[in-house]
Amino acid sequence: MDLFSQYEESVLTVSEITDSVKKLIESSFSGLKIVGEISNFKAHFSGHWYFTLKDANAQISCTMWKGNNSRIFFTPQDGMKVIVNGNITVYPPRGNYQVDVKTMSVAGEGELQAAFERLKKKLSSEGLFDDEYKKEIPEFPNKIGIVTAIDSAAFKDMISVASRRFPLVEFLVASSRVQGEGAAEEITKNIQLLDSREDIDVIIIGRGGGSLEDLWAFNEEIVARAVFDCNTPIISGVGHEIDFSIADFAADLRAPTPTAAMELATPDQAEIFGFINDFSYTSTNNIISIINYHKESVGNIISSYGFRAYDSVIKSKAQNLDNIIYRIQKSTEQLIDKYNNVLEQNKNLLESHNVEKILKKGFVLVKQDEKYILRAKNFDKDKKTKLKFHDNEIKIN
Amino acid sequence: MSAKKKTFEDSISRLKEISDLLEDEETGLDESIKLYEEGVKLAKKCYSTLADAELKIKELKADIEKDFE
Repeated sequence: MDLFSQYEESVLTVSEITDSVKKLIESSFSGLKIVGEISNFKAHFSGHWYFTLKDANAQISCTMWKGNNSRIFFTPQDGMKVIVNGNITVYPPRGNYQVDVKTMSVAGEGELQAAFERLKKKLSSEGLFDDEYKKEIPEFPNKIGIVTAIDSAAFKDMISVASRRFPLVEFLVASSRVQGEGAAEEITKNIQLLDSREDIDVIIIGRGGGSLEDLWAFNEEIVARAVFDCNTPIISGVGHEIDFSIADFAADLRAPTPTAAMELATPDQAEIFGFINDFSYTSTNNIISIINYHKESVGNIISSYGFRAYDSVIKSKAQNLDNIIYRIQKSTEQLIDKYNNVLEQNKNLLESHNVEKILKKGFVLVKQDEKYILRAKNFDKDKKTKLKFHDNEIKIN
Repeated sequence: MSAKKKTFEDSISRLKEISDLLEDEETGLDESIKLYEEGVKLAKKCYSTLADAELKIKELKADIEKDFE
């Protein structure tokens, strides 16, 4: 009985010992900084992160709650070396301890570069960067969707490029944070939003230059996948010329800068005007030479032997006709003349016959000044007079 | 809006086509003159469409389009 009660006094329940351990550990290990490599990273749909930090000889479980992890600019990857800041907590239902991570940073810029390379390799092996998936960028876009920060210099530059090159275009801007917490999620959401519309011909995602950390959102897996899954052709223009992002590789076209992206998305109106002017010039020349060519052809036909032969046939026929008409005219005139003469002669003869008849009966015609005197009162005794008998004329005085 | 795009893009590609046809010796005189008239009209239209164009910018917020100034 004594033994039993003594034993009973030294017995602790699981909860009691766990509680003691919890108190001891949690009061001893707070405000820690731990460096290690991430493995088994899981982002739960609730927004919390679960992962393990490890080095060559040990590992420790970590949790990072949504409220804390939303302030981290990058999404942790397995293999990434990070420094976490937090407290050790004990989780009684499982009897294990873990780090409750408050903040996390990469253990040096080289870690981001390494993470970049790992993701690039992974997505590349999945075929996300393959040329066969690259869609063609339309030559004359009507509406361009832009995913960038609307208050940024990059956006202003893009607009000024577009208004210089192709002011016929319309923009639909899905303004996004392009760096820091939540940027990758916002970019992803906006790509999907623009892609779901029917009226967008091409999407540009981009931001101006910055550090690898600033540009990191464009190196996130969710952004790369959204870019790859986008059915609308997509151009990526991130940072400066030397900056490559994972989104660049997944995009249908990579531009070295946001302004270059806009240049690739829009035709140059100077070229279009040039083409139109060229058209007016060369086509006018062409139509003139086409017309001249046909004129020449017609000219050649007209001056061909067949046409000339026909012409000379007509001419000689016409000449014959003229000759015949001339001859008819001539002979008709001669005939008329002849008959006129005959008529005249007969007329004279007829007249003379009439006077002769009268004279033969014994009448005489009296003539003075070569005129026949028909009345006595006209007769002048002093003038020379001719008397015409039927057989002769005699002069008196 | 999509009709406008079609018109401009189609106009430019039609213009290219006409340009090629006018260089083609197979094209007859009547056809060439018709094409030329059509081309000159199109060229004028494209020119003025582009010359009069102004950039249109809207901001997409969730599912609402807002005019951006």
